[in-house]
Amino acid sequence: MCVHGRAAYETVKLFTSLHQFSLRYGRLGLVSVPWFWLLLFFAVPFFILLRISVTDMGEGLDPFAPLIETRNGQVMLHLKLANYVSLFKDMDTGWLQTLYTESYLLSLKYALWTTLLCLLVGYPFAYFVARSQPAVRTFLLLMVMLPFWTSFLLRVYAWKGLLTEQGIINHLLMALGLVQEPVQLLYNDISMLIGMTYVYLPFMVLPLYANLVKLDVRLLEASQDLGATPWQTFWLVTVPLSRSGIVAGSMLVFIPCLGEFVIPSLLGGAENLMIGRVVWDEMFSSNNWPRASALAIVMIVGVVIPLAWYNQRVSRKAELESRT
Amino acid sequence: MSMEWWRQHLGKFWLSAVYAFFYLPLAFLVVFSFNSTRQDSVFTGFSLRWYQALLKDTRLVEGFSLSLQVALMSATLGTVLATMAAFALVRFGKFRGRTLFNAMLASPLVMPEVIIGMSLLLLFVGMERVLGWPERGTLTIVLGHALMGMAYASVVIQSRLKEMDRSIEEAALDLGCRPFQVFFLVMLPNMSQALVAAWLLTFTLSFDDVVVSEFLAGPGVTTLPQVIFNYARRGVNPSIYAAASLLMLVVTLAVIIYGIQIARQARQSQSRPRESSNR
Repeated sequence: MCVHGRAAYETVKLFTSLHQFSLRYGRLGLVSVPWFWLLLFFAVPFFILLRISVTDMGEGLDPFAPLIETRNGQVMLHLKLANYVSLFKDMDTGWLQTLYTESYLLSLKYALWTTLLCLLVGYPFAYFVARSQPAVRTFLLLMVMLPFWTSFLLRVYAWKGLLTEQGIINHLLMALGLVQEPVQLLYNDISMLIGMTYVYLPFMVLPLYANLVKLDVRLLEASQDLGATPWQTFWLVTVPLSRSGIVAGSMLVFIPCLGEFVIPSLLGGAENLMIGRVVWDEMFSSNNWPRASALAIVMIVGVVIPLAWYNQRVSRKAELESRT
Repeated sequence: MSMEWWRQHLGKFWLSAVYAFFYLPLAFLVVFSFNSTRQDSVFTGFSLRWYQALLKDTRLVEGFSLSLQVALMSATLGTVLATMAAFALVRFGKFRGRTLFNAMLASPLVMPEVIIGMSLLLLFVGMERVLGWPERGTLTIVLGHALMGMAYASVVIQSRLKEMDRSIEEAALDLGCRPFQVFFLVMLPNMSQALVAAWLLTFTLSFDDVVVSEFLAGPGVTTLPQVIFNYARRGVNPSIYAAASLLMLVVTLAVIIYGIQIARQARQSQSRPRESSNR
């Protein structure tokens, strides 16, 4: 009896450990595939970028030339920071007056303005959608999503036709008596901001809507009962309660706007240089890979990493709040 | 017009103004695709000539078929990888390198596409030098799109996995299911909607992308957005309006079919309230 029990115990133990073994290695296999994928296609390219950004630029030089070289028994390390310096210092104009700093600032400017415009148009919009009848709501949301599923490129292209001198918008403005003669709307700040607001508005509306629709109506009623005007209720109750939606929407608009490439290429003029286009030109027109890499690294370190960190912090905070 | 009148009608005004803004460019594309001349400000008469021109334009047609292939492959690859990654993050608790893994997975969401395209281009150029492979072309575009799509897909799949009831999986394990059986028989049917949504999202991202493709396409390989982008930079081309109208028709039809299906499902679950509560 005792021996029997022992054997059964051993068998069960063997099977459990076998099971755990396969579970463990199954898990390892499952994790390692996306791990290696990300390592190869995300981490390695980043280090190549970093590495090329410190190589010599100039004609006929190989951007992939080894950084460490042994010549006459001496180990030499080639590290050129000239690419980074040239981003911020110009021979003629001095520090911080270069084409590159200018385009970083311009990108920041357009991204900030677009975020503000999206918030201005999108907040009341999301608010009214969230306050409409539940049956209508789904339809209204679907109508926001529908343009979103048709090509982004084509929608931007359509604005090119709409904003021409003889285009529909100019006719409309004249018919309304706002302007006397056709105005230049294309290839300047106006077309850039219209295009970017148009494309990124849904990114603002959707998180705001998701937030506002969950808002407890009883809080608004309480505020009204306590004597607040609708305007006060809106600013003192609704807006503060929707803060996380505002932050989420603004991030979703601001981040892609910064690196936007297609909209400035189609709707912007020569002076609407955004950083995406500058990187592109360095890469393909000037063939200056080291400088393009340095531009990208500065962008990653200066903008992408802080934003990613902030994003992480906000989402972790939201997770903690939802748990309590 | 009193204050009260404004309060009642402001919502309607705002909503209609924003919808007009949303739909004006789409209406423009459809209307001028039927224009009889190249004009893009005056409608001179109805014709189908741009649709005929579209079908004869081999670059657009070939671009379309390439884009379709690329999107199908990258959506599938991206969704499979995203599912694995989401599993690791949601179900495996802590493992070595989890933070880095999570950061790498999510970074394409905050990284400008130009930088993604450029760094991948440098990788592929380097690889081609060392290994002689891969040549820039369809494969490199698929890999780039899959990397981008994976980030978006994993967000969708992770949120579904988090809300799934673990006790069902544990019950299946207790009843003698092997882990892979649990995955295919219990979890997959439960998360199928999220997987479809993630796949569609990745597909759209790929089908729409121009920046990463421009970096990673080799000579003679041009996706539909690349062809359109090249035409668009040169000026007015109503064939593109025609292509846009056709695309909109397909999307609208898909949305209508989807809407009908959702409505039918809602009706069914209303008539069988007990079953729906189990889901």
